[in-house]
Amino acid sequence: MTAVLEVRDLKVRFATPDGEVSAVNGVSFDVNEGECVGIVGESGSGKSQLFMSVMGLLAKNGRTLGSAKYRGTELVGMPVKDLNKIRGDKIAMIFQDSMTGLTPHLRIGKQMTEVLVQHKGMGEAAAVKRALEMLNLVRIPEAARRLAQYPHELSGGMRQRIMIAMALLCEPELLIADEPTTALDVTVQAQILDLMADLKRVTKAAIVLITHDLGTVAGLCDKVQVMYGGRFMETGSVQEIFYQPAHPYTAGLLASMPRLTEGRREKLYAIPGQPPNLQRLPKACPFQERCDYVHERCVDELPLLRDVTPGHAKACHLLSLANPVSDPKAPSLKVATEARSA
Amino acid sequence: MLSYAVRRLLEAIPTLLVIVALSFFLMHSAPGGPFDSERVLPPEIEANLKAAYNLDKPVWQQFTIYLGKALQGDFGPSFTYKDFTVSELILTGLPVSARLGLSAVTLAVLIGCTLGILAAMRQNTKTDYSIMGIAMVGITIPNFVMAPLLTLIFGIYLGWLPVAGLGDGSFRNLVLPVIALALPQIAIVSRLTRGGMIEVLRSNFVRTAHAKGLPEHLIITRHTLRAAMLPVVSYLGPAIAGLVTGSVVIEQIFGLPGIGRYFVQGAINRDYTLVMGTVITYGSLIVLMNLLVDLVYGLMDPRVRYD
Repeated sequence: MTAVLEVRDLKVRFATPDGEVSAVNGVSFDVNEGECVGIVGESGSGKSQLFMSVMGLLAKNGRTLGSAKYRGTELVGMPVKDLNKIRGDKIAMIFQDSMTGLTPHLRIGKQMTEVLVQHKGMGEAAAVKRALEMLNLVRIPEAARRLAQYPHELSGGMRQRIMIAMALLCEPELLIADEPTTALDVTVQAQILDLMADLKRVTKAAIVLITHDLGTVAGLCDKVQVMYGGRFMETGSVQEIFYQPAHPYTAGLLASMPRLTEGRREKLYAIPGQPPNLQRLPKACPFQERCDYVHERCVDELPLLRDVTPGHAKACHLLSLANPVSDPKAPSLKVATEARSA
Repeated sequence: MLSYAVRRLLEAIPTLLVIVALSFFLMHSAPGGPFDSERVLPPEIEANLKAAYNLDKPVWQQFTIYLGKALQGDFGPSFTYKDFTVSELILTGLPVSARLGLSAVTLAVLIGCTLGILAAMRQNTKTDYSIMGIAMVGITIPNFVMAPLLTLIFGIYLGWLPVAGLGDGSFRNLVLPVIALALPQIAIVSRLTRGGMIEVLRSNFVRTAHAKGLPEHLIITRHTLRAAMLPVVSYLGPAIAGLVTGSVVIEQIFGLPGIGRYFVQGAINRDYTLVMGTVITYGSLIVLMNLLVDLVYGLMDPRVRYD
């Protein structure tokens, strides 16, 4: 399999008046052709910023370290002029907030055709034809009429469909979907997910699905990467993550999913504590403060990703969740002295 | 949109009536009168004068007489410029003031918007700080300081431009007053533009535009500018009404025969009819400009509805 996107030791930092915030702290992964990768994590886990940095969309105070390559071409530090030849054309992104994601004073038609004019050099008529095709593909009724409408004349679900159609106009090789259903009603969410599942089959694009909703991932993705405190805690296939979670955080996330089969009076499970403050991230395991199995090594040493089985990796000092004792062979980075004295 | 405009113009009639009534009664309740002066007039002459101008009648009766005539387009004679009617004074002065004001507005929009866009695109850099610093100076220096300074430098030391007066009426004579009038406006417009731009540049739809791989110039002109200019448009409406009706200070310093001075002189001299004339001129312009702003809003933002 060929990788569309190769990310190596990527870090994202934000300069703020109160000091530097570390949103992403060295992640490495590949997205292969036609693959669907789910990035799961709580708010503030760095999952959105990771891909904002890949797209060159970080806020002005943000900077990216490390490497992210699209088919061998380095994206980090690439001049905007060159980046603009890739984003929107080869790599497309759709965002969480469809209500504010479209320019309010431009007609849908203009917002769609400008992408084709820009990247494919299409004429107006050809671009309109292509836009219509895409609107039909995302099952928008009365597509021709929509082109002349403004975003505020459409519903939230319709606007998200337009965003998706817009992202797919140039047949990108990679589609990054940042919480595409979060801002929508539950029924509309289901429709959009259906649509995404169909598109996965129809288009050849690899898909990255960023979400905090494990259910979404289960339905769509091949691979899952669980993020916490700007690092990957566990990566593996959907089956592995859901049925053999190896990291206490993944297990906690799965236990937090409300189940319809559970007794009514039962209290919903929640992982105790708060997500870590990214400004004062623990030097060792970011999950230490909330972990049931925390021990000395978790405070002194940063656990590195290691294979549980081939293709399934965790960043945890424990031998396994069934036998939660410290594994002396677990690879780690010693950070103790400075972390403790600080 | 047309029916909305017509409705708004009809609504302006009661608004203007209230303005006229309020200023009329306020003016007449102020102590003193148009014929008070150092030299005391013989009582019979003063009585004659008052009778001639209807000042001997009760105030409400004066008001109805004034209103009746005003509705027929007769705004009465000026009390102090004795050979002129108020209409003559305003109609000769207004074009001068309007020419000055509109030139200043044009200059302010062209330069102010450019500077504001530049500052916003280079936010928190030296470019931004220097533009905003100069803008701050532009706002804080009063025009009665700026105008003589300009005259001194460009009129006297360098001798490039006329110091005062309309001269042969060519634009050369207006350059300095237009600049003096425009400078604070440039400053305000550039600050408003910068603020609007920065807000819109942070919005989600601009991020979408970047994600689509559009070049910077398209993102600014197509996706940002229209939404960013709304605060500028709101400000410009009333500002144009103010600038077009002249500036006392600028017209005095540069010796220009506009109508700006009538606002002040009319009030000081208790020149009742002249004050009413200027109030009606300014009031109508404000009403008109606000309507214009609302219509322009509709053109700029499709979400604005008229119903």
